[in-house]
Amino acid sequence: MRWRAYGEHAALLDCASLAESMAAHAMVSSARPDGITELVPGARSLLVVETPGSGALATVRELLADADLDHPPEGESREITLDVTYDGEDLELVARDAGVSTEDVVRLHTGAVYTVAFTGFAPGFGYLTGLPEPLRQPRLPAPRTRVPPGSVGIAGEFTGVYPRVSPGGWRLIGRTRTVLFDPRADRPALLAPGDRVRFRSAG
Amino acid sequence: MRALEVLETGPLALIQDLGRPGYAHLGVPPSGALDVPALKLANRLVGNAEDAAGVECLLGGPRLRATTSCTVAVTGPPVAVEVDGRPVGSHAPVWLAAGQVVAIGAPATGLRCYLAVSGGIVVDAELGSRSRDVLSEIGPAPLKKGDVLPLGPSSVSGGADVVLPTTAPAELVVRVDPGPRAHWFEDPAAGLAKTWTVTAESNRVGLRLDGPALTRGPEYAERELPSEGLLTGAVQVPPNGLPVVFLADHPTTGGYPVAAVVRQASLPALAQARPGTLLRFHSSTRVWNR
Repeated sequence: MRWRAYGEHAALLDCASLAESMAAHAMVSSARPDGITELVPGARSLLVVETPGSGALATVRELLADADLDHPPEGESREITLDVTYDGEDLELVARDAGVSTEDVVRLHTGAVYTVAFTGFAPGFGYLTGLPEPLRQPRLPAPRTRVPPGSVGIAGEFTGVYPRVSPGGWRLIGRTRTVLFDPRADRPALLAPGDRVRFRSAG
Repeated sequence: MRALEVLETGPLALIQDLGRPGYAHLGVPPSGALDVPALKLANRLVGNAEDAAGVECLLGGPRLRATTSCTVAVTGPPVAVEVDGRPVGSHAPVWLAAGQVVAIGAPATGLRCYLAVSGGIVVDAELGSRSRDVLSEIGPAPLKKGDVLPLGPSSVSGGADVVLPTTAPAELVVRVDPGPRAHWFEDPAAGLAKTWTVTAESNRVGLRLDGPALTRGPEYAERELPSEGLLTGAVQVPPNGLPVVFLADHPTTGGYPVAAVVRQASLPALAQARPGTLLRFHSSTRVWNR
């Protein structure tokens, strides 16, 4: 772990692994020190932005200096189940590269429990970690210009769901009807960092 | 109903307040007025709280009819303002009778003017803000002809301060601090201190710059950066070496190294930087590579 200055009111914690950044995020969000404006986990980092003059950065630094990141707090993690129709355009490509049948792809994808590592790319787009090894596959060589909302994709160590129409290069294996982001809802993003997610085959 | 009716919009007119900070972890940008001091001033001139929603208009152009008597003020770069065809000043409160039309001309310098109206514009808020976010498409849609903008109740009378507008300079000096990935670049301070040109691809997401490309150090030449958190003012440098300075509608995470971070005091000037503006980054620190 190493802190790097990020402008006047923020610092970025460089982490050795995704697990470490998730643990650091869990630690800080469960302690909830006063004066934090933004707390943004990344794939290998945690960005902390403080309210000017609050001293929150120093508090977070102290908190993490003594933290046991191998045993982070459980926090208020929720579990969300998403019903998916596995008929994505890249399902056969994914099966071929994994050396399994398309039914096996569905079995593998629905058999794992995922954790929202971080959000980005678009509002409500969560990067879910916990993807079984055979499904860890590269992005498409050329991204699609239009990925339909609700598309379930995989890329590298992550799986995720596109909340709305956007370009995107992830391999698409299915789709869900669940609304991932609604700015007028009490809880605008269905998936927040730390949440656990399961996928269920809706046939 | 107290309202403003949109007769013309100009190139792009957006409702903006001070934005929706605090949702970056959900992928939601802070958004809000790019020239924050200008919106706050306009609000003060009409007797509003500084965080009331007004209209951010790119290169002027809107014409709005008041359905009720109200007070308006236009700030940002100096600009012609007319009421029923009669010139009135920018940067001062102007009283409109019901039915009168206020028109904002095109500023000769700068980009974004701000119109505040007594009571503020009270369209529905999303995530605690009435700001339009052009990247995420959250918040009220860009204004279009025929829109009726509801106003809140007018509280106190405005017009306390009348302020001389500032003219956007031809060349900007932008104060920066070293960014978290400054060490990825060969002498980033010297590279950023060269003269850059603001390109026409710039928008509320970021200013795109053209100039002498920054080069990465040999050990970082082919390195991929895992996605990490971004801030307004982050100077991100993609592999082509040409910086993007992120503004209020920036993505909340990104995968290219951030070489420097703009000081908050320099952000309003960036909001007014037209394509073609020359710009240099200046840092007061000598410690860049860590």
